[in-house]
Amino acid sequence: MSPVAHELLTKARSIGTAVVEAVCFGADAAEAASALGKYGARTVYVSTDPAFAELLWGGPAASTLASLVEEYHPDLILFAATNMGRDVAGRLAVKLDVPVIANGFDVAVDGSVSVTSSIFGGTRFVRTEFGARTPALVLVRPKSFRAEQTGQENTAQVVAVRAVVEECHQRARVVGTTLEGTAGPSLEEADVVVSGGRGLGAAENFALLEQVAALLHGAVGASRAAVDAGWAPYAVQIGLSGKTVKPTLYIACGISGAVQHTVGMMGAKAIVAVNKDPEAPIFKVADLGIVGDALTILDHLIVELKSREASSTTS
Amino acid sequence: MNIAVCIKQVPDPNSPGHLDPITRLLLREGVELVLDPGDEVGIETGLRLAEAHGGTVRVVSMGPETTVDAIRKALAMGAANGTLVNDDALPGADALTTAKVLAAAIAREPFDLVITGTESSDGYTGIVPQALGELLSVPAVTFASTVNYNGQVLIAKRHTDVGTETIEVDLPCILSVTAGVNEPRYPSLRGVMGAKSKPIEWLTLADLCLSELGTKAPGQVVVSVEAVAERSHGVMYVDDGDGARRILDFLNLIRVI
Repeated sequence: MSPVAHELLTKARSIGTAVVEAVCFGADAAEAASALGKYGARTVYVSTDPAFAELLWGGPAASTLASLVEEYHPDLILFAATNMGRDVAGRLAVKLDVPVIANGFDVAVDGSVSVTSSIFGGTRFVRTEFGARTPALVLVRPKSFRAEQTGQENTAQVVAVRAVVEECHQRARVVGTTLEGTAGPSLEEADVVVSGGRGLGAAENFALLEQVAALLHGAVGASRAAVDAGWAPYAVQIGLSGKTVKPTLYIACGISGAVQHTVGMMGAKAIVAVNKDPEAPIFKVADLGIVGDALTILDHLIVELKSREASSTTS
Repeated sequence: MNIAVCIKQVPDPNSPGHLDPITRLLLREGVELVLDPGDEVGIETGLRLAEAHGGTVRVVSMGPETTVDAIRKALAMGAANGTLVNDDALPGADALTTAKVLAAAIAREPFDLVITGTESSDGYTGIVPQALGELLSVPAVTFASTVNYNGQVLIAKRHTDVGTETIEVDLPCILSVTAGVNEPRYPSLRGVMGAKSKPIEWLTLADLCLSELGTKAPGQVVVSVEAVAERSHGVMYVDDGDGARRILDFLNLIRVI
């Protein structure tokens, strides 16, 4: 189960008198579902229909969810602001003719539902209130809330639902999948993230980041520019259209720090930036900024960290 | 292949944006307005498919009058014609309204493929392509990083939350492309000159039989905008060969090592 599911459930059960229910589609949905009770889901609606694996996910997911909305009339639906969340929310908004608020990082219910989101790369907070039409659809950025179990041994009631697959959904078929796993801690959970951008110059230089990350027991991230250039997989893209990370330490190498990137890493406790350009906006958010060549500094850093490691194992 | 590419004119993403303190809408004055760089990738994708398999590219946009400049740039790159939906009731439209307007404009002509960016550089809700799919009753293959057409089906590799998947899709469909899919061409001088005589159709909500969109109560209202407390400035050094050393000292200080 993606950690963001637990984050959203934790938030949902903190809302006044909310009755919290979850929806889970996919081959493994049944096993995953009952554990959601630990995070406050009373009921989990589940479909293990093969359509969710064989067809482009968003169509059947939105249609099945629409049938549940019709039956149970929720007031608020929280989605993770990920590619899959957007695929469902965008189609569902049309089906129900209700608006979606995207990129939220807080949700409040006080008569009406309002959502706080950040714009201009996290320099402004905007609070947007929904009108009277329900349900309110909100795409929430992962890591906006800390997941906490209820502390009770709750098991959610699992309710099997029928998948709704329309003719047009059959026209987009999944013919291959690749999982992009990485060695070491996952990017979202790593305490240290070592991230590279266009300034690294070439795909092979990401190996330097891998080495530093391994030495610091961290994970490698990348800016959108580096991912677009094909130097790193999308799975490690940090920023608006990628992941949000909140590590203890974020090291940005050759990343200019466009607002689209900083929104995904501003929550780091400490930020170190290395960039050739002293005017690079990344230095505005860095606790330590080094103006210089990222490759040279990474090389030195690897040597220093290795010698440290060697001396600590011999002593 | 009849290809429609949705485009948007946005404040230059490389300069910071501002909101009007009263209306809380994006301020467009004093900021250079450009064709969204993500949409240039969409136009390039459309042009390459049309060049390889025959057909034409039409661009569709919604926005203020200045949007015509963004459309002209798309025409200069090689698109055949453009449609601009411009209506006094539209400023501040949310993503759902935007999708309804674009879908209605697209559906005025036959289409095999509708291409968009994954999200606009200024609003970045990232749900318009999916909403278009639902409105036009076609699949929406979103976040695609490679696109191929074999004469019968479109094959796209796309980013999911956990990796990539390859989708085989029958046309017509919506396709949203990530910025890495290609390097958009620069308009040639001939293209720029030729663009001046290419047709641009101006439409209002009434032309699209969508007048009710302008009078409907908004589904969402911005109630406040606040500046975020800035991160306190740290220290900055120019590397004199001691850059790595300074980083190590800092890691020590925060007890990462």
